[in-house]
Amino acid sequence: MNSFSALIARDLRLACRQASDSLTVLAFFILVTVLFPLAVGPEPGILARIGAGVVWVAALLAAMLSMDRMFQSDYDDGTLELLVAAPIPLEIVVLAKASAHWLTTGVPLIAAAPLMGVLLNLEPEGYGALLLALALGTPSLSLIGAVGAALILGSRRGGALLSLLILPLFVPVLIFGVAAVEASLTDVSARPQLLILAALALAALALTPWPAAAALRQAVE
Amino acid sequence: MAVFSGTDLRCVRGERPVFDGVSFRLNSGAVLELRGANGTGKSSLLRMMTGLLPSAGGTLSWNDEPIAADADAHRTRINYIGHLDGVKGMLSVAENLRFWMSLRAGAEADEERYHMALATFGIEALADTPARYLSAGQRRRVALARLVACPASLWLLDEPATALDTAAAAALDHTMGSHLGAGGMVVMSTHEPARHPTPRVDLNDYARRARGAVRTAAGMTA
Repeated sequence: MNSFSALIARDLRLACRQASDSLTVLAFFILVTVLFPLAVGPEPGILARIGAGVVWVAALLAAMLSMDRMFQSDYDDGTLELLVAAPIPLEIVVLAKASAHWLTTGVPLIAAAPLMGVLLNLEPEGYGALLLALALGTPSLSLIGAVGAALILGSRRGGALLSLLILPLFVPVLIFGVAAVEASLTDVSARPQLLILAALALAALALTPWPAAAALRQAVE
Repeated sequence: MAVFSGTDLRCVRGERPVFDGVSFRLNSGAVLELRGANGTGKSSLLRMMTGLLPSAGGTLSWNDEPIAADADAHRTRINYIGHLDGVKGMLSVAENLRFWMSLRAGAEADEERYHMALATFGIEALADTPARYLSAGQRRRVALARLVACPASLWLLDEPATALDTAAAAALDHTMGSHLGAGGMVVMSTHEPARHPTPRVDLNDYARRARGAVRTAAGMTA
């Protein structure tokens, strides 16, 4: 547990010193969302209809943007091989890295989402569900992304490859994330969708550390 | 009294045999030098001992128990210094060192050990300097300070004296001396001329054997 928190603390410290990385993700999220009213026209009805979907797709793409760096710098400077050889389970390292990734990209995205809702004329009833759905869905993105980020280590043009590998796996999170907001907008309880998102997050928590750790061992061989 | 040994180790990299039939036996308080031309597998053998690289054949043992049977226990006994320093440029020297200490149970809050590690390699004055401003030799000193900061009985050093000046190389020699005196073990690859008679594995012989084996195998199928 001690090494787990030490790893997170180190990654957060690194993220603070290189704040531009997290800010790029946030700026990308905002820019992509802003493009939609410009592209489909400022008709409030249309924007309110597509709002939840736009916020979710923008959040997925923004999270992807920082994912390929999750293990890359540790791989480049030799830290990763030392972590593999260190007396802590590599699965714990993966969990710590994914947690740090969520804290530095998932949390800022959640914080910026209400503003994007306003921009897209989202109905007031939808905000609660949107925030809850993002809070439950983004950890899955970081965890699944960790597997992809570990697999692409050492390959050329890893970022593009990562999108191809990982985006299809994000589809369930996207579907239930948007469905939760739609449900709350039509006065139906969003509880089932939110529960499914929570289940996906728990499944990702339980299943992703092992393949990611195996991919990391393969990468440092 | 611990024994670290290897029998009939074989290494294949990308279908190319690197060495074959390497055996050694190392007791507490002893050094094993790995020598051989470039590409004969010194680093590969060290990475095998670290557990980073699976061997294509043969066994590594600790007290005659295969280390593969309890890889977790093996990782608590080793300290590996590879070609890459594993030093984060955005963190200060102190933050780098404390991070590695926090991953070792029993070393997390050992202030005395931390100061000793900095003093041993003469980097006290650099403690608050971001590591990206360090020279190659200074980064190497930070990497080597891990040996003192994170206690482990088996040191696996891949050309540890690279980029070091004479003072730091002497400090490394001295540190290794006290480690061995306390019953530790060192396996190191080196190109420097030997000053003391130490047990060694000359990988040139084994590499030749591995290539010879391929030639015979090819001859037999032809």
